[in-house]
Amino acid sequence: MEETVASPLDARTQTELAAALLAIDPVGFGGAVVRAPRGDIAESWLTMVRSLLVEGTPVARLPISIPDDRLLGGLDLAMTLATGRPVAERGLLARTDGGVLVLPCAERASDALIARLTSVLDTHRTAPRGPFAGEPAPARVAIIALDEGDGVDEHTAAALTDRLAFHLTLSTGIGTEGVLFTDADVRAARARLPQVTISDPRITTLTTVALAFGIDSLRAVSFAVRVARGAAALDGRNTVSNDDCQVAAALVLGPRATRLPASGDATAEPEPPPPPANPTDAESERDELPSPEELQALEDLMIQAMQATLPIGLTIEAPSQRSRSGGSSGRSGDDRAGGIRGRQVGTRRGDPRGGGRLDLLETLRAAAPWQRLRPPIAGQEGRVLVRVRPDDFRIRRLVEPAGTTAIFVVDASGSAALHRMAEAKGAVELLLAEAYSRRDEVGLIAFRGSAAEVLLPPTRAIAAAKRALAALPGGGGTPLASAIDRARELVGQARRTGNDTVVVFLTDARANIARDGSPGRPQAEADAVASAHALRGLGGTTVLIDTSPRPSETAQRMAEAMGARYIALPRTDAQGIHAAVAAAMPRATT
Amino acid sequence: MRIPFPFSAIVGQDEMKRAILLTAVDPTIGGVLILGHRGTAKSTAVRALPALLPPMSVVDGCRYGCDPKSPTSRLCADCQAHLHAGEKLRAHKAPVPVVDLPLGATEDRVVGALDLERALTRGEKAYEPGLLARANRGYLYVDEINLLEDHLVDLLLDVAATGENVVEREGISVRHPARFVLVGSGNPEEGDLRPQLLDRFGLSVEVTTTTDLDQRVEVIKRRDAYDRDPEGFAAQWAEADAEARRHVERARKRVDTLPVPDAVLRMAAQLCAAVGTDGVRGELALLRGARALAAYDGARQVTAQHLRVIAPSALRHRLRRNVLDEVGSTTRVTRAVTDLLGD
Repeated sequence: MEETVASPLDARTQTELAAALLAIDPVGFGGAVVRAPRGDIAESWLTMVRSLLVEGTPVARLPISIPDDRLLGGLDLAMTLATGRPVAERGLLARTDGGVLVLPCAERASDALIARLTSVLDTHRTAPRGPFAGEPAPARVAIIALDEGDGVDEHTAAALTDRLAFHLTLSTGIGTEGVLFTDADVRAARARLPQVTISDPRITTLTTVALAFGIDSLRAVSFAVRVARGAAALDGRNTVSNDDCQVAAALVLGPRATRLPASGDATAEPEPPPPPANPTDAESERDELPSPEELQALEDLMIQAMQATLPIGLTIEAPSQRSRSGGSSGRSGDDRAGGIRGRQVGTRRGDPRGGGRLDLLETLRAAAPWQRLRPPIAGQEGRVLVRVRPDDFRIRRLVEPAGTTAIFVVDASGSAALHRMAEAKGAVELLLAEAYSRRDEVGLIAFRGSAAEVLLPPTRAIAAAKRALAALPGGGGTPLASAIDRARELVGQARRTGNDTVVVFLTDARANIARDGSPGRPQAEADAVASAHALRGLGGTTVLIDTSPRPSETAQRMAEAMGARYIALPRTDAQGIHAAVAAAMPRATT
Repeated sequence: MRIPFPFSAIVGQDEMKRAILLTAVDPTIGGVLILGHRGTAKSTAVRALPALLPPMSVVDGCRYGCDPKSPTSRLCADCQAHLHAGEKLRAHKAPVPVVDLPLGATEDRVVGALDLERALTRGEKAYEPGLLARANRGYLYVDEINLLEDHLVDLLLDVAATGENVVEREGISVRHPARFVLVGSGNPEEGDLRPQLLDRFGLSVEVTTTTDLDQRVEVIKRRDAYDRDPEGFAAQWAEADAEARRHVERARKRVDTLPVPDAVLRMAAQLCAAVGTDGVRGELALLRGARALAAYDGARQVTAQHLRVIAPSALRHRLRRNVLDEVGSTTRVTRAVTDLLGD
């Protein structure tokens, strides 16, 4: 193994390093989240990992719709019924003990599945359902989450990704054959890993860099230390060198960065004290305490290594927005109807192992007509009262009360912008404050200049809302069409989660920026009307609050095009907006 | 099974550790709500709990983990039946249960339900106990409790308050003891809990990732040591955990008889009035918390100092929230404490 790791690591090297490191100690690294535009790219990386794993390591796919009994273990219902005695079925987690689980479409996994996976990653064991399902079983697994979301509206739950060491973004095909590492390298590294040590100053440097890049989770730094040790083992050394720290920075810290080091931050000084001539080579085989200068140089090297893996858009995005990319807001895995909670609206044929609640009476009713036709089970004559086949199972159809998503679309153009924004923020917070008891969410779009921007994706968290609303500039043109288009997108998203929507426009509706961002009133108005018609087509409740000094015809026309209720509210205030919106909101059925 | 990271080896997060330890001293304090970002040792602390709790005596074969020494009325129906039949309850030592309640768990799973297997294969109507039964006399841990269905949170708090799980469904009618400490954790940025629910937690703590570099480095070093050799690391901290356990045991013996002077009672009431908490829950939590703390500290009686220390945990989640007010709840409690008790 004489490959000197180029600095910064190129994409190809990173990909192969991640595969080899994961194969050294899959369980220790927790796994990886792999973002790729196409399924086959992620698959080829998987093939690479598989070729490096210890022979015989179980690798299984974990469909996100997996029922609890299959995942955790439980009673094998069909066998139990067929044999007339309890037959336990081991869950996928227990069967994959010591191996790797591949979770496709991870961004769509439900909160429930994520909770089970994080628990198994924390405790390394799984408790099956039910008393006959057997004892808690060891389940030391790694999870490779394949994320096909767009990374903005859809992303894998942060609770899971926080527990996976590697965050990879693959853009191009990589082939399935690694060229840098063989399975013999990986095997040697596996044997060496327990002996590899890391010096305290290097741990400090990794921690410092993580802090400077706004990586709060200490799990991330822990993984960085682990990865550094793995990289040393892979390179056939017993002590972690600067190169290894660079690998850790690129693979673990870079993708988790939430901000760039603040200016004035020691770490970000562009000119460190005289850097050693060639620190990469000089450092690697010694483990004496590095001097402060050398540590500074190491920090810089790490930061350099991270450049390639920083999240896209990090430079322009406010840290507050990125750090909230955790919630369940972006995922759409939980169907509201046909779920396992809520009120019953009937029954349907189905498998209760899928998490549905069995309707016993209906099941027996379904089984009853067939009793004479079903032969008794050998040896069970007379003991079985009712012969029930899996076909008979009836599960309850439940409907969860849907909530309401209120989307505020606020005109931040012109002179009255600041006042309007402040009052809209007030109204958003008032609505959120009373949204507890319902499943209501509130989002906010602001438009000014040449385009509209989603300031607050629909949420019910006050903390997130407050941060998003904290600062907003005003002034400039009125891109109404763009604003309506963004509103339509949010309406579509909310509908997919089963919510009703209320869209509230706060504007004088004097559009003067066309959809393509060019100025000019006639085109701007035509575009706005076209967008308004499209919004109307989506249905749902829309309210247009006219903020011009006197009720204007333009605003009334726009309201009509949207199918919106028109309210003139020249002296906009938070209470007034709140009252108008509350009146327009369809009440949830809780 | 994985060896848990030792409780005593958790760096910092003193308020969280204290709140958890106090529930071990006096489980009637009520649940603990831990709010904070990811990677702040929330799960670690809860999963490390069993090592701090002295093993308990459990009736052999009891599905609810009954205590053989508890009064008959507090035993489950099975154990009561045994006693009535003139049998003696045999017991063994078992670790205090710390049960995970995963998000998305159905009500059936939590409260228990008809035992399908026996119903279908033997035609018997039998009750299959749920997670509440397993958590009896121990802890029930809900990670991301703010994402849990509201009706489940309600149910948990109801059961935790009454100490009894009553199941009436699908033709089953069962009641069994379910005394447990509810520990919920979550990231407030991902959703809030309803104020009614917040109020019903005994203590709440806000954990933040420390930005102190030395502390962070220490965390990582210990974690690295643990990752490399979990057994060795656990052995290294075993004595510290055992010391904490003995401490808890001593405090438990003292807590019930610890006097609370009238002056301290008055102070607690004044404090609650000053921050404007509704109802008596705040006062109760404040007093019980202060008493458990005094017992843990080995004090002869509860003092104003104990109130001062516990006040933020006991009260901050009960404040009426004014969304347009930027001052945090913790600050408001601290201010009231300073006004009342001086610096």
